Amino acid sequence: MFERLQDAFSGAFRKLSGKGTISESNIREAADEVRTALLEADVNYDVVNRFCEQVIADALGAEVTKSLKPGQEFIGVVQKRLVEFLSPPDDSKPGVIHVAPPPTIIMMCGLQGSGKTTSCGKLAAYLKKRGRSCMLVAADLQRPAAVDQLQIVAQQVQKEAPGGARVEFYAEPDKVAAYGEAVGVAVGVCQRAVKQAMRDKVDTVILDTAGRLHVNDDLMKELQSVHKMLTPHQVFLVVDAMTGQDAVNSAKEFHERLHVDGVILTKFDSDTRGGAAISIKEVTGAPIRFIGTGEKIDAIEEFHPERIASRILGMGDVVSLVEKAQQEVSEEEAEELQEKLARGEMTMDDFLKQLRAIRRMGPMKQLLGMLPGVGSALKDADIDDKQLNRVEGMINSMTERERKDVSLLNNSRRRRISKGSAASINEVGRLVKQFETVSKMAQQMAGLGAMGKMKALRQMQGQAQQMTAGAGGGMFKPKVGTKTVSPKAGYKKRKPKKR
Amino acid sequence: MAVFKNVVSRISKGLRRTREALTGSLRSVLAGRALDEDLIKEIEARLIQADVGVKTTRKLVDSIRTDWKAGTLTRGDDVIDHLKLQLKAMWPDADRSLQFATPENGEKTPTVILVAGINGSGKTTSVAKLANLMRKSGRTVLLGACDTFRAGAVKQLEIWSDRLDVDIVRGQEGGDPAAVAFDACDAAVARGVDVLIIDTAGRLHTQDPLMRQLTKIRDVVARRIPGAPHEVILVLDATSGQNALRQAEEFTRAIDVTGLMLAKLDGTARGGAAIAVRESTEIPVKFIGLGETPDDIELFDPEAFIEAMFADEG
Ligand SMILES: Nc1nc2c(ncn2[C@@H]2O[C@H](COP(=O)(O)OP(=O)(O)OP(=O)(O)O)[C@@H](O)[C@H]2O)c(=O)[nH]1
Ligand SMILES: Nc1nc2c(ncn2[C@@H]2O[C@H](COP(=O)(O)OP(=O)(O)OP(=O)(O)O)[C@@H](O)[C@H]2O)c(=O)[nH]1
Ligand SMILES: [Mg+2]
Ligand SMILES: [Mg+2]
Repeated sequence: MFERLQDAFSGAFRKLSGKGTISESNIREAADEVRTALLEADVNYDVVNRFCEQVIADALGAEVTKSLKPGQEFIGVVQKRLVEFLSPPDDSKPGVIHVAPPPTIIMMCGLQGSGKTTSCGKLAAYLKKRGRSCMLVAADLQRPAAVDQLQIVAQQVQKEAPGGARVEFYAEPDKVAAYGEAVGVAVGVCQRAVKQAMRDKVDTVILDTAGRLHVNDDLMKELQSVHKMLTPHQVFLVVDAMTGQDAVNSAKEFHERLHVDGVILTKFDSDTRGGAAISIKEVTGAPIRFIGTGEKIDAIEEFHPERIASRILGMGDVVSLVEKAQQEVSEEEAEELQEKLARGEMTMDDFLKQLRAIRRMGPMKQLLGMLPGVGSALKDADIDDKQLNRVEGMINSMTERERKDVSLLNNSRRRRISKGSAASINEVGRLVKQFETVSKMAQQMAGLGAMGKMKALRQMQGQAQQMTAGAGGGMFKPKVGTKTVSPKAGYKKRKPKKR
Repeated sequence: MAVFKNVVSRISKGLRRTREALTGSLRSVLAGRALDEDLIKEIEARLIQADVGVKTTRKLVDSIRTDWKAGTLTRGDDVIDHLKLQLKAMWPDADRSLQFATPENGEKTPTVILVAGINGSGKTTSVAKLANLMRKSGRTVLLGACDTFRAGAVKQLEIWSDRLDVDIVRGQEGGDPAAVAFDACDAAVARGVDVLIIDTAGRLHTQDPLMRQLTKIRDVVARRIPGAPHEVILVLDATSGQNALRQAEEFTRAIDVTGLMLAKLDGTARGGAAIAVRESTEIPVKFIGLGETPDDIELFDPEAFIEAMFADEG
């Protein structure tokens, strides 16, 4: 989700990394790009300003201007700040706390539709796996069928989630009423649920409360009385990762009323830039503990600030990539290749040369992470070094003419290459097909801007995956669970056409 | 429509609370001040804080700056009118009118409204609101419960159908939603209802198989009832940020969205993303949601919306 943030940052730092010496105004300029990127990523306006001021101050303090590698240095500064912004305070509670004697009481809260009920199920599954029994309590008496939803979720966890621990469900369906007519009743339901949990010796009780607006005083007061009477050990605020600028307002209000211990960021599987994560952490100080990555009960992950920050800052390596690339390919060479690509005249030799350069530059994965845009586009594809060796072997077995003109490669020539490289005929066929796709794409890409390149790459990846699907070969192997990008991805901006 | 003339006061009331959280409204900031670069920056900030987005905001602000430099816009007080004019032009009246089925060869066909959107945006509640609105205007309504996936989704719509006293066609949990859509169309024709409203499961616009499933639902409806669906409503959460744009683009690609329902506008979020959506996809807002009951729906009124966005203190 932070991919686009990453792309935008990359742009800012390419500027820096290209220049010899850097002035203070250069830093402000780069910080401005960071600012725009963060705003586009939905980070709150004020938070962005604070963040950028700090980054500029840090950069000046670190004497980035005097550094030989100002780009790298600046990135380091931004990265450090970002991790700091996202990291939990040292004394904060871990994932899901555990108290003795049981039960541990956990309370969910948040705006309507943020994902509370679903997250209750996910936490229950998370605990079940760790041998902790739990009870899901239906404290939403207002949303139609909220009780039924939680009951089904509880049954699902009990039946389908791994682990042996018990999952109980507590509800008082007769207390359910239309909107606004059962305010306050949830307190009693929760109290009776906890009593039941004690009798049943349940380890953890999870309270699923109704969604509410932070400005609805009656409902917020209800939540406060649940909090007061039940004294939960941990309060989770459930937030939709696609939330915009308003995230700070709601988070602040929930935090002031309930003291939020942790945040669950849901719908992280979307393509949102997810700036809300930074905003919420900034205004509440409450750490993000989990991210929701799907609708199913197992779609929950622990949140790691370093991982996210370094993903945002995948371009931290842009500088070193630029440097490495410069060592491998001279500027004239690069230009020459670019022209060739544009004319659609790429040869197997060029292909091989690139592959060799890429290999000298280090393991594939690292490399992909270094390329701005490209990295995010291809990060889901598993590119195999062994596979590269075979490709190299096959190209080495081609004659000079074949390398320049792949259309020569008839069956008997393919058979020869297969013998020469100990690859199967099928593999040779796949290589040829792949080469054709890549060269076609490369031609298109040579004429595109950065965004176009991204899209083209996505498209290429999609095609490559289709090409190699099930065949167990090829350069781009989709990981299990990888989302295949629609080949139409290149035409996003087109105006909708009426059917 | 006269029914919705109280919209200004209602949205403003909803947004009044905002002012407790944010310091001062745009109007009070602008009042009595001469326009200058600082003030323009301030306006820019307000628009971004309303989720209008960097790109669209810059566009709007640039036009203010141009007029300011040309000397045609000098007073802070005039800025809101200037913005209103610009934004209002984005939403011509024709855009917002609802499409209803026309009789085929003298025979009545039901109007079909297909409702879609990402998870938890407010679809099912909006279906109830639309049903309520239609019923109040004297039309008979049938609901199609095509969310066969999410736990309790069918039950949720069933409860609404009970409370609103409208019929519902439902399928098996875990069943094929397109099949339910087909059955619902069949029933709508057989029973001669005026309006069929179809609720669908929440799905992220990035999930290709699920988006294809949505296209299939649309196609099934189109095949069963010529000219349907007459309206395809994308329910957008007013609190959502710039991702709303991606949602609008992708849902339009899958099912040719005809209008937005901007739900949850009763919070402090100002729903400015709808402006960015209009900018890039031309999809108009048709309805707004202002609460959790079936009465909490209004026809979208750009003037009121913009007025509320910059609403004055008190
Ligand atoms: N893709 C995706 N969908 C999610 C995720 N978490 C929740 N959802 C979906 O979001 C929708 C709303 O989730 P709920 O759990 O019902 O939300 P809630 O906060 O309990 O809603 P209310 O009780 O009405 O306030 C459902 O369709 C869920 O399946 C997630 O991490 N990813
Ligand atoms: N305050 C407010 N809440 C709303 C509004 N519209 C819907 N809601 C609430 O938002 C939550 C989610 O609404 P649903 O209608 O279940 O959303 P959905 O899009 O059908 O959700 P899924 O089917 O799970 O994807 C519920 O708690 C609704 O009561 C609105 O306009 N204002
Ligand atoms: Mg719920
Ligand atoms: Mg629904």
